[in-house]
Amino acid sequence: MSFLRFLAPLAASALIAAPALAAESEAHVEDISFSFEGPFGTFDEMQLQRGFQVFHEVCAACHGLKYLSFRNLGEETGPHFPEAQVSGIAALYTVYDEEEGAERPAEASDRFPEVTAANAPDLTLMAKARAGFHGPYGTGINQLIKGMGGPEYIYSLLTGYTGEQQTEAGAVLWENTAFPGGWISMPPPLSEGIIEYTAHGGAEEESEDGHGGGDYAPPPATVEQMAEDLSAFLAWTAEPMLVERKEAGFRNILVLIILAVLLYYTNRKVWHAVKHRDD
Amino acid sequence: MGHIPQETYKPKTRWEKWVHTRLPVIGLGIDFMNFPTPKNLNWMWIWGIVLSIVLVVQIVTGIALAMHYTAHVDLAFASIEHIMRDVNAGWLLRYVHMNGASLFFVAVYAHIFRGLYYGSYKEPREITWIVGILIYLAMMATAFMGYVLPWGQMSFWGATVITNLFSALPAVGEPIVQWLWGGFAVDNPTLNRFYALHYLLPFVIVGLVAVHVWCFHTTGNNNPTGVHVRHDSLENVKKDTVPFHPYYTIKDLYALVVVLVVFAAFVFFMPNYLGHPDNYIEADPLVTPQHIVPEWYFLPFYAMLRAITFDILFIDSKLGGVLVMFGSIVVLALVPWTDTSRVRSGRYRPHFKPAFWLLVLDFFVLMWCGSQPAEGLVPTISLFGTIYWFLYFLVVLPILGFIEKPLPEPVTVEAAFDEEHPPTGAVTDAGRHRMNPPSLDSTPAE
Repeated sequence: MSFLRFLAPLAASALIAAPALAAESEAHVEDISFSFEGPFGTFDEMQLQRGFQVFHEVCAACHGLKYLSFRNLGEETGPHFPEAQVSGIAALYTVYDEEEGAERPAEASDRFPEVTAANAPDLTLMAKARAGFHGPYGTGINQLIKGMGGPEYIYSLLTGYTGEQQTEAGAVLWENTAFPGGWISMPPPLSEGIIEYTAHGGAEEESEDGHGGGDYAPPPATVEQMAEDLSAFLAWTAEPMLVERKEAGFRNILVLIILAVLLYYTNRKVWHAVKHRDD
Repeated sequence: MGHIPQETYKPKTRWEKWVHTRLPVIGLGIDFMNFPTPKNLNWMWIWGIVLSIVLVVQIVTGIALAMHYTAHVDLAFASIEHIMRDVNAGWLLRYVHMNGASLFFVAVYAHIFRGLYYGSYKEPREITWIVGILIYLAMMATAFMGYVLPWGQMSFWGATVITNLFSALPAVGEPIVQWLWGGFAVDNPTLNRFYALHYLLPFVIVGLVAVHVWCFHTTGNNNPTGVHVRHDSLENVKKDTVPFHPYYTIKDLYALVVVLVVFAAFVFFMPNYLGHPDNYIEADPLVTPQHIVPEWYFLPFYAMLRAITFDILFIDSKLGGVLVMFGSIVVLALVPWTDTSRVRSGRYRPHFKPAFWLLVLDFFVLMWCGSQPAEGLVPTISLFGTIYWFLYFLVVLPILGFIEKPLPEPVTVEAAFDEEHPPTGAVTDAGRHRMNPPSLDSTPAE
């Protein structure tokens, strides 16, 4: 019953953590000013649509988004795709229908399918799982001061490839300046010109009621632009209620402050006679 | 309800008399609300009410969450995301419940350290203190098991590390751990029983809170002077106290709302700030997180657990760490008997003060140590921090009672209050209210 055995998980993690920690100081996480940062921040609808396009055309080959429903894509505080386009996007994915016992094209009410083929992690919650204040993905006090977190980490990972690669136990690893340990098994997913942003962002589907695609000129799809858009999109998939939450926060805090002021004066009045006795 | 004379409820109407002779529930409620409470309580006396309200909030949000949660290893994590995304205001329920746990511990630590500073644990409030410690233990168990329910990486590995602590016990250790797990690893039976107990324990806490309140309603509240409220006559009680309602209901309500403003800032603007991001990754028994860190409120004790890195005689470092961790709570529970000073309030104890504040600092240093990987200077700092924790309770407090010369205490609560809020028209001569030499027990005979 040795100490080591009891702390086996800890000890094991310490062994893994040791090189990771060493790399932590070198790991470089870029600070991006996302539109959704800070108490007043909201998502940029067009950016989320572009980010979805990057996910759809690049990431979806290996990664799932299993906690997100297609209908979420139409949310007003999110990408706000028109309803018809949401159904169109859904139809591009295949889901397994348990009742029918067969695969069928997805509908707006379905969730994104789980993708396990490439053994790549699901991306729905990645922006929250990598929001580390502590630990290997830690952005430390910068999380509080600069609003740095998971989206910054994802951006830095996608733009952090140095071009170096090595083969370890038959697996090819790519050098990455943001990844803990410095070597990642995911090949560089983004490259200049891999996609071209459509006027509506989003998928190839053209919708009849697309909102004024004419006056929207998408930015060129540079690696940085795609990385930023995708990070914003994944921030939204991880926390789709963010805008509602902040709005509710202002209402709640306002009411609480008014209540506090009223109670402050009530308290003073209640105690007045006790504290200013005339005897 | 207690031993402090108070004006009790007298039924007036025929209807009230009819009820009162059959079920004196109206009187119970009214007398409870009018309980004579020392009029000099300061802002550190708000935490009890904050704790009661948080307990209610946790139970209410918890029951609502339970309606949507699925306690199964394959479904639990997804059911949390279902709550966050599909359930109406589900994200609000969950974030309130999650951060409510943190508020609960902020409040309980403030409450405990207030008790330590003003000697609230001393005669005649020993049972209040012990029941309080039981509440704290039940809270820790509830919080720990609640953290396992989302079945994220930190849930799973936290449960694995903490339940493994029991295997340190000689001979019975392994069987106990398997009994806790309901198998040979943390798995579905573990999740199910933790869910059942996480639902049960808060109601045990409600019962303990009732006993806690009953206790100090019997002895009367302590107050910042530590001097007893005079019990000898209703007249004197009225001079030292005010009825709980409206004086403290309003004051506590005001304090509660201010606390809730800060709480809301967390819930609505940084709800995941106090949590661990790894818990947004579904539990995977095959992948160990790089740092296994408990929630912030367990960190000081986690640091003490890890501080013992060496064997002592026949006790190996593992058992040593576990004994030290549990021992740190035991010495806290026994403080009514290890503190030999008869002066309650730290206000009048010149040597106690620095020792107390060093303990508070020690608590935060240990909290920091617990959050760091156990390498470099951290184990050494943890060890010194642990040593001071025990030193304070087992050496400093027993000795201080004999060598310390306390400052003079006020004669009565009324005198202390008048000094702070002099009655208008009469200039109070502070010295008039002081007894010299210092009084060790200013309670008049009952």
